Amino acid sequence: MTIEIRTATLEPVRNTYEHIKRRFGDKPASRYQEGSYDLAPENNFHYRPLWQPDKLLNDTSRTAVVMEDWYAYRDPRQFYYGTYVQARAKLQEVTESNYAFFDKRGLADRMDDEVKEKIVRCLVPLRHAELAANMNNVSCTAYGTATVLTQAFLYNGMDRLAIAQYLSRIGLLLDGNSGDCLARAKEYWTTDPAWQGMRRYVENTLTLEDWFEIYIAQDVVLDTLVYDLIYRQFDQVITEAGGSDLAMLTEFMQEWYKDNSRWVDATLKTTLAESDHNRQLVGKWVAEWREKAATDLAPLAEIAVGEDAINASLEVLNKRLAKAGL
Amino acid sequence: MSTRKLSLKDKYRILTRDLEWEYSYRDYREIFKQEAFEGIKITDWSKWEDPFRLTMDAYWKYQAEKEKKLYAIFDAFAQNNGQQNVTDARYVNAIKLFLTGVSPLEYQAYNGFAHVGRQFGGVGARVACQMQSLDELRHVQTQIHAMSHYNKFFDGFQDFTHMHDRVWYLSVPKSFFDDARSAGPFEFMVAIGFSFEYVLTNLLFVPFMSGAAYNGDMATVTFGFSAQSDEARHMTLGLEIIKFLLEQHPDNVPVVQRWINKWLWRGTRVLTLVAMMMDYMLPNKVMSWKESFEVYFEEAASALFKDLARYGIEMPRYAETAILEKEHVSHQAWSIFYNYTHAAAFHTWMPDDKEMDWLSEKYPDTFDKYYRARFEHWRELERAGERYYNPTLPMLCQTCQIPMGFTEMDNPTLTAYRQSVYQGERYNFCSDGCKDIFDHEPEKYVQAWLPVHQIFQGNCGGPDIEDVLGDYYRINLGVDNMDFHGSPDEARWNAWHNLQPAEDKLKQAS
Repeated sequence: MTIEIRTATLEPVRNTYEHIKRRFGDKPASRYQEGSYDLAPENNFHYRPLWQPDKLLNDTSRTAVVMEDWYAYRDPRQFYYGTYVQARAKLQEVTESNYAFFDKRGLADRMDDEVKEKIVRCLVPLRHAELAANMNNVSCTAYGTATVLTQAFLYNGMDRLAIAQYLSRIGLLLDGNSGDCLARAKEYWTTDPAWQGMRRYVENTLTLEDWFEIYIAQDVVLDTLVYDLIYRQFDQVITEAGGSDLAMLTEFMQEWYKDNSRWVDATLKTTLAESDHNRQLVGKWVAEWREKAATDLAPLAEIAVGEDAINASLEVLNKRLAKAGL
Repeated sequence: MSTRKLSLKDKYRILTRDLEWEYSYRDYREIFKQEAFEGIKITDWSKWEDPFRLTMDAYWKYQAEKEKKLYAIFDAFAQNNGQQNVTDARYVNAIKLFLTGVSPLEYQAYNGFAHVGRQFGGVGARVACQMQSLDELRHVQTQIHAMSHYNKFFDGFQDFTHMHDRVWYLSVPKSFFDDARSAGPFEFMVAIGFSFEYVLTNLLFVPFMSGAAYNGDMATVTFGFSAQSDEARHMTLGLEIIKFLLEQHPDNVPVVQRWINKWLWRGTRVLTLVAMMMDYMLPNKVMSWKESFEVYFEEAASALFKDLARYGIEMPRYAETAILEKEHVSHQAWSIFYNYTHAAAFHTWMPDDKEMDWLSEKYPDTFDKYYRARFEHWRELERAGERYYNPTLPMLCQTCQIPMGFTEMDNPTLTAYRQSVYQGERYNFCSDGCKDIFDHEPEKYVQAWLPVHQIFQGNCGGPDIEDVLGDYYRINLGVDNMDFHGSPDEARWNAWHNLQPAEDKLKQAS
């Protein structure tokens, strides 16, 4: 049996906004579509920015990448603000209960000091690198073109701040909130020779002007290497050394990385599919940053995992790039 | 191992502020390129007091809860055709003005706060601005989604982003935000964070949302309630930036004072659109523009500037003129739009008798004396089948871009008119405030994309004005524009409610 509530139906005069109709046809549109397409101002800017007088306010020439239609991009997750915060709130809830469990059971006490020190030396300093990732992605929001891209960069940027905060909480869990672990981790980040290549790479990315190059240097090259190196290879090392409980605290990063990669890959693919110009340009950036990263990350890879670790991560990067068509 | 309890302040310091490090491979100035060029002196970013100490996990949690509730209401609103329950179809024109004029500003704020959220050297300030950027994205998207259902049943919403970049009256809010975003990062914060979001928000956001509440618009008012706690955060950020700048260095005081003068005047000119909305477009009135200006500007701002006096900040320079104008601007603006409704993407109308009496009561010193006779005359013309439309194109103020229709406050029948000459060219202004803003940065304001000039120069299509309106603005002529009476909006509304069209009523009356 079904029951049927009768409602008055009114005939709409149109199905969606005109700019959505022009793109997707005259039919009801999704909230992702209405909230993402053709929103950024494109015409008739009144004043040139005092901070960059050779450009318009929203200027497509802030990158050397050329797209006939910047709205050719699409986030496979279809994140607009509402779906984004709800997806992250869900992930956050699981994470919170993991952290609470770790704390309540005193799992830090079950790790031997050597393992703990290794976490402080090899994992916790990444909180600073994640802050740079936050700044880099926010740059892409501020200077990038088309809402389909700029909103995803902001989600990524805020996610990185969250990861920096989760990494900080790992430090706090290991020392009972004394702050010693974080102070030591910061010391490693600023003075430990194993970290200096990484820090140099990161500081270099912060001075880049071309926002698409920032995306390549940060989200494609560096993230692929670091997330493989730390959250896969280093995670294994710690597990083998009896620190498998750490996995509860890094689950967020692993889940987040899977989710974010879908968007990173789709963005790369759309760019490369557009033209040979883009393919050459992106190919050049990837080669340059890959080479820098291979050198800059090698010392960290060695102390965190072992001699061959950087090569294993580079192999993962190669596969990813090949899949995208490079 | 014993666990120390962390205070909220300590926790925020560790989880956000302590993420920063001192750069050594690259120079600070290469990473924060824009911090110095405005002449603002920052001696110590660590003195920044975080206005709200939100970590990302808490942000997601609160915001997701709010979004879930908000979209449940949107769904219910659409399912039940809630658009039928507004006071009357004239009301919908207020939210057409909102979607075409204000929502794109939320988008600009999203852009602008991301920009300063990258450029500030202090991590606390950066993160606060980034969160505001994210909130502003929320606002533009939820507004689009709230109006999405109205767009299916009323005309004038459908091409809001296209129109915002082109249509003459929308260049008023657009140029306002372009002005702020093209300024340096600190001026942007004084312009938007402080002047707009702190001092003037109760005169912009609140009137539209209260208007929605008073007129049965459940979708918009639910958005308003949902955004309230975001707005509260934005206000505390706006106040913090001012205090921070003033405390950092005494040399910042005169710079900040000039920005406050400029941006409060710029802001009150944009609020002209809100003034006419409150007094003329809401079938069920919340309060008069004059009353809300008294409460939210005169009382609130004088308390605020008393508080800022200890830093050497004075009441903004043109506040006195703005206060005198509260008696006039809504009537003058509505006159302009009534004149040029054929060139607008929403409808206007003349107030009925009851509404005229309300205006007389709320504006005892001005409405009957200066405006009633004109409005009654226009109503007579309409009854005679000769609804008045002004066939000329108006001259615009070079700064605020509003047609020159404001009057001198010591003689409200005389149109105010100021001029400046810059590099041999003559520029026109509606007020001393707008002229002074131009005179301080003429090289900026000569760049303005003035819609009427652009039409005359042939940059907006043509040759006829109908071509501009139809092809370039994409107004559906005879549908989106002209008087409310006789519009398709009105006809649909009457059909839903089995009402008699106004024209028939007029015929019967005569």
